[in-house]
Amino acid sequence: MELFADFFRNLYDTTGWNFVVFYDNDEWTRFIDAIWTTVKLIVACLIFSLVVGVIGAWAQGAKSKLVRYFMAGYIQFFRNTPPFVQILFFYFVLGNLVPTYDAGGYQESYISSFGWAVISLGFFAGSFNVEIFRSGIEAVPTATVEAAEALGYSRLQAYMFVVLPLAFRVCLPALNNNLVNLLKTTTLAYGIAVPEMMYTANQIWSDNVNVGEMMMVLFVFYIGLVSILVWGMSRWENAMRIPGYGK
Amino acid sequence: MSDSETQNNWTPDQPMVSIKDVHKSFGNLEVLKGVTFDVMKSEVICVIGPSGSGKSTLIRCINALNDIQSGSITVEGIEVNDPHLDKLELRKKVGMVFQQYNLFPHKTAIENVMMAPVTVLKQDKDEVEARARNLIKKVRLEGKENSYPGELSGGQQQRVAIARSLAMNPDVMLFDEVTAALDPETVKEVLVVIKDLADDGMTCILVTHEMGFAREVADHIYFTDRGVIVEHGPPATFFDEAKDPRTQEFLGQIL
Ligand SMILES: Nc1ncnc2c1ncn2[C@@H]1O[C@H](COP(=O)(O)OP(=O)(O)OP(=O)(O)O)[C@@H](O)[C@H]1O
Ligand SMILES: [Mg+2]
Repeated sequence: MELFADFFRNLYDTTGWNFVVFYDNDEWTRFIDAIWTTVKLIVACLIFSLVVGVIGAWAQGAKSKLVRYFMAGYIQFFRNTPPFVQILFFYFVLGNLVPTYDAGGYQESYISSFGWAVISLGFFAGSFNVEIFRSGIEAVPTATVEAAEALGYSRLQAYMFVVLPLAFRVCLPALNNNLVNLLKTTTLAYGIAVPEMMYTANQIWSDNVNVGEMMMVLFVFYIGLVSILVWGMSRWENAMRIPGYGK
Repeated sequence: MSDSETQNNWTPDQPMVSIKDVHKSFGNLEVLKGVTFDVMKSEVICVIGPSGSGKSTLIRCINALNDIQSGSITVEGIEVNDPHLDKLELRKKVGMVFQQYNLFPHKTAIENVMMAPVTVLKQDKDEVEARARNLIKKVRLEGKENSYPGELSGGQQQRVAIARSLAMNPDVMLFDEVTAALDPETVKEVLVVIKDLADDGMTCILVTHEMGFAREVADHIYFTDRGVIVEHGPPATFFDEAKDPRTQEFLGQIL
């Protein structure tokens, strides 16, 4: 670890390339905290968007017209407006409506900026997931669903045990794409001061005047994260592959 | 629940399936125009007729996959056309096998057989598995338990589909042209299984184009054309003494 820090301190001294996060203790701590916040943010957004997608795709097929119109409105809104505007709207407008509590001298909202980032980005990516799941669900033959019904499955049981597992396999490639996009979009949480990687990098380069170096760190960091996600998704895809089915 | 139970005074000496003056339309197209017949316990009924005459529609109405506009269908006294129908109650009694098998492609053969009893009836998994293995044996598929549908031939898939239906312990089995998608050599392996079932006393309603098989297993044959039953009777009389010209023409083409 010392060697590592020495290398970057030496690099700075000899070339002026200032990778301060790798040799300065305080900046290192900031950097590590940012990694954790980013990872937590991404995981929370992924899960939330998947839940929204599954429930939304289910609601789209609901009997009630009202529910279906609501879903259509939700999807149009989130797909056709910039996610950055959404996140600001959630935090500054909706955030104002949430009650606050006394956190020792100042007022703290029940939903933190982190919470708002998860909610708004989750709904944003979720609106795409709904459409992705729906296309997957539509690819499941009605005959297969009827077979389940004939065996006594309720609509919900058929959805959970037959439709979803098959739909998932059909839409994994599209889902993959959207989740990678979501991962990258989490940098917008910067706009509402969630101390994730983008925000932290910005603070660090303001303090140390090393924009170029921090940009490089950012690129490498996100390439790494996306690689991990893609790797995980492709493992999942392989695990879900059914012998003799599909391609 | 108690309501329908008090109403249901069905006893096994009454028709297991009773179809009375059933009318069914898709939009303006009337597909069933007053169909009436009864099926007693352990009876094997074959429904034959030209394409588009409403055979599939009729059979699908029996387990409420299609609704009807008027008339009545009862299964062991359960009124299928009742808006408050407990579908699960009905479907526990009626098993159905489709022309295209419609297996769950993401589950192995044995899982296909086990799924409904475990998820729908919440039966004990080990006990269901033991029964499923016996059913796989019964449809002559030992050794294929862990194959996925995509790894099985059409005839094998259809036999898994039969076992899957039987796992729910139905009282009536509906077969809709279950051999129509198979090549001639594999038709027989499926028919043998159905024959076994019939011999064991299972009540069966079969839509089929296999006239030889119908003659062999059926207790009664119904010939439908354009939504009505044109002629019916036990196989011997039906095949040898058909009176209606439409029946004669159909049999002439097919035999
Ligand atoms: N879901 C549906 N919507 C509209 N029309 C339908 C539907 N299902 C069936 N039909 C029509 O009802 C008529 C009877 O169809 P059905 O499938 O019952 O015939 P069938 O006797 O089973 O024919 P086949 O021997 O070809 O299977 C046909 O004219 C068909 O086009
Ligand atoms: Mg048909």
